[in-house]
Parts: sequence; structure tokens; C-alpha cells
Amino acid sequence: MFKFEKLAFGDLGWGDEFLFATLMTITVSILSMGLGLCLAIITVWAKLITNRITRFIANFYTTVVRGVPELLVIYLIFFGGNSVVMGVSKIFGYNGYIELNALTIGTIAIAFISATYSSEVIRAAYLAVNKGQVEAAKALGLNKFQIFLRVMGPQIIRHALPGIGNVWQITLKDTSLISVTGLVEIMRQTRIASNVEHSPLTFLITAAFLYLLLTTFSGKLFKVLELNYSKGYS
Amino acid sequence: MQNLIAYLNQSLLFRNFIEVIAGLDNTLILLVISLPIGFIFSLIFALGRVSNYNIISKTVASYIFVIRGTPLLVQIYLIYFGLGSIEFIRESFLWYLLKEPFWCGVLALTINTVAYGSEIFRGGIQSVTKGQIESGLSLGFNKFALLRKIIFPIALRKVLPSYGNELILMVKATSLVSLTTYMEMTGIARKIMAKTFAPVEAFIAAGILYLFLNFLMVQFVKYLEWKYNPHLRVSQS
Repeated sequence: MFKFEKLAFGDLGWGDEFLFATLMTITVSILSMGLGLCLAIITVWAKLITNRITRFIANFYTTVVRGVPELLVIYLIFFGGNSVVMGVSKIFGYNGYIELNALTIGTIAIAFISATYSSEVIRAAYLAVNKGQVEAAKALGLNKFQIFLRVMGPQIIRHALPGIGNVWQITLKDTSLISVTGLVEIMRQTRIASNVEHSPLTFLITAAFLYLLLTTFSGKLFKVLELNYSKGYS
Repeated sequence: MQNLIAYLNQSLLFRNFIEVIAGLDNTLILLVISLPIGFIFSLIFALGRVSNYNIISKTVASYIFVIRGTPLLVQIYLIYFGLGSIEFIRESFLWYLLKEPFWCGVLALTINTVAYGSEIFRGGIQSVTKGQIESGLSLGFNKFALLRKIIFPIALRKVLPSYGNELILMVKATSLVSLTTYMEMTGIARKIMAKTFAPVEAFIAAGILYLFLNFLMVQFVKYLEWKYNPHLRVSQS
């Protein structure tokens, strides 16, 4: 059943492999969360400015990506991404073969998915900030940049943090799907190890435990951040 | 007209579409079995979660914690590969069910949706104000009638939007069962891709079908909301 000795560090067990796989999962999650947040900010901007075309594009993007399984999005970007990149490079006059590595593709795919969720969170947070505050800031003579940095920004972060925490958990769990691209993160390492050792239960329970550890720990971290950003309110 | 049909027959996307639709029933049957069972168990687990007995509520809470903290893929693999590797289960009658990827998928999806659903229903049950329960008690309702006539109707009505979200997540989650060799829409799309080397057409065909399924699900939830919130309807006059 559960074989502890298979999880030893060094040549005898898979402990160090799993440690690296966990680090890879964390790296992919953080990278795609960051990229996703940038994409989400652009999406929110496109939805909030009074331009019909950008709003349509942004709404189309969020609706489609949220209505399609994550696995399909990852397959589409993994198998279709290379041809898109090659097509774009052809326009710029490069005709060679380009292959993106699994880390890049996985990060982009997960970022595409997580951006749709975070854009809703950020949009709601933006709309939750009272209009009167912007007017007050204008009356005090702050310029646009200052208003965003000093008045809007901190409050958007405060309103968005609980939702962003949820999106982070979803993103962290979605990274298990990019094991289908061959990137060695926890799930891929689990499949490799259980195929070699013929003991799937051991490694699957290890994987579940590692994911539980990551989600719990990062959840605690977000709680601390939330407390920090709502100091003046409690 | 005949030109159109000839054109459609030549287009790869259309042919993929026809092939992927053949997997629609496999996707639907996963949902048809796991969603109702998941709904009933979610209600029971939500009651356990708010129960006064510490043991019950703690057990349910830790179940929810574990399932919500791990990816669905891990759960599906644990059931499909993990349970199959235990000698005891391979010899018992359970093996007749668990050797099929279909029943493993149903089991994993049900376990997953119960964890999320019961947490949603808990919020609904706790949002029923004390006064409503007390007035029910003062009218002589017993515990069962109180649940059936007062707590559940109020709670379910309140959580319909968030449970609708969970239903959509479940439609999307069925695609993961394809990783256990079960041939539903995503599985067929991947097979087409391996055959034709045209990934974009294959996955877009499947994506359109999933979008359509989710659209139907949204309309269904909207209908339920309309039906069970008569006090919120915009009056016709």
C-alpha cells in the first residue's frame, strides 16, 4: 500500500524529485498568476472604457474561456500555439522552425485561464470604490496618476484581495493540468514515479498531500495580506 | 443548397464537429448521474456541517478541506489508478465498477461536487434567520417539516446563483475524465488531433459544444431562479 521508503531523498527514493516538482509547480503558479493579473488589468480596462469594440473583445474572451474546459484551452495552446508563433514570425521574415518549451506554453495557458477569473474580481473591486473619493482627490488637485496610485490603487487591492486569493487557489490547482504538456511538475512527476515503481497509491497520496500543503499555506499567507490591507477598517 | 452541403463536407471543422457530437452522450451521462447524486449528498453533508455534534461537523469539515485543497485530476487518478492498485478492492465486488473508467469518473466527480456543493449549501442554511426558524417551531413544526418547509426552500433559493456556478464548473470538469481513457468529447477531440494533425480545428469543435452545454446550463439556472423567486419577478402590469 503506502510505501514510505520510496519517498527517500537521494538515489533510492523520489523525495528530491518531488521537491523539484513542487518548486516547478510553485514557479508556474506564480508566473501564470502574475501574467494573468496583467492580462486581467488589460481586460478590465477594455471593459470599462466606453469603446464598443474593446468591450466586445473582452467580453468574448472572458465568456469563451470560462465556458470551455481548462483542459481544452491547454490542449489548444499547447498544440496550436507553435503554429501561431511560427505564423507571426513569418510575417517578420523568419521562416525557421520555432518550438516553445513546455514551461512557456503552460504558463501562458494557465495565465489565459486565470486572467478571466481575476478580471471579474478586479472589475468588481474597481466598481466598489466610491466615486466621491475620486472627486475629492480631484478637488484636492491630485493629477490622474496620483489619484490612481494614492487613492484608487490601495482600495482596489483591499477589495480585490479575498477574490484574488480564491483565484490563486484555482490557478494553483489548474497547474496540475499542464502535466499533459510534459512539464515535470507534481502531477507529471507522480505519473513518472508510479509508472516506474508500480505503486500509484503512494505517489498519488504524496501529490495530494503536497497540493494540500501548498493551498493551505498560501491561504494563510493571503489571510495575513488581507489583514494588512484592511488595517484602518477593523 | 447542394453546394453548401458539399462545402460543409469538405470543411474539416464541420466533419470534426460531427465526430465530436458522437461523444456528447458520454459527457452527458457523466453529468446526469453525478449531478443529482451530488446534489442530494451536498444537502446531507451541509446539514452535517452545521450539526451541533462536534464529531460530525469536524469530519465533514475535514472532508471538504481535503477535497477543495487538491486538484480534481489528483482525485480522478487516485480513484482510477490508486484504488485499482489495492489488492483488497481488486478482489471485492467493487472491482466490477472501479475497473471501468466511467464509474471512476462518476465517483470522482460526485465526491468533488459534494465538497463544493455542501459548502455552498452551508452558507444558505446559515443565512436562514433565527426568527424564521423560531416562528416555524412555534407553529408546531417538527424537525423534518422545519427542514422541508422552511430551511431548504429559503436556503436553496439564496444559493441558486452560486450553485449554478458549481454546475458550470462540473460541466467543465467532465473533460478531465478523458485522461482515464474514457472517450467523451475531449477524448474524441484528442483522437481526431492525433489522426489529422490539425489541433485547432479539433479542439475548437469540442469547445463550441462545451460552450453550448454551458449556455444551456446557464439558461436552466436562470429558469430555476425565475421559478423559485416569484417575489423578485418584474411585474407584468
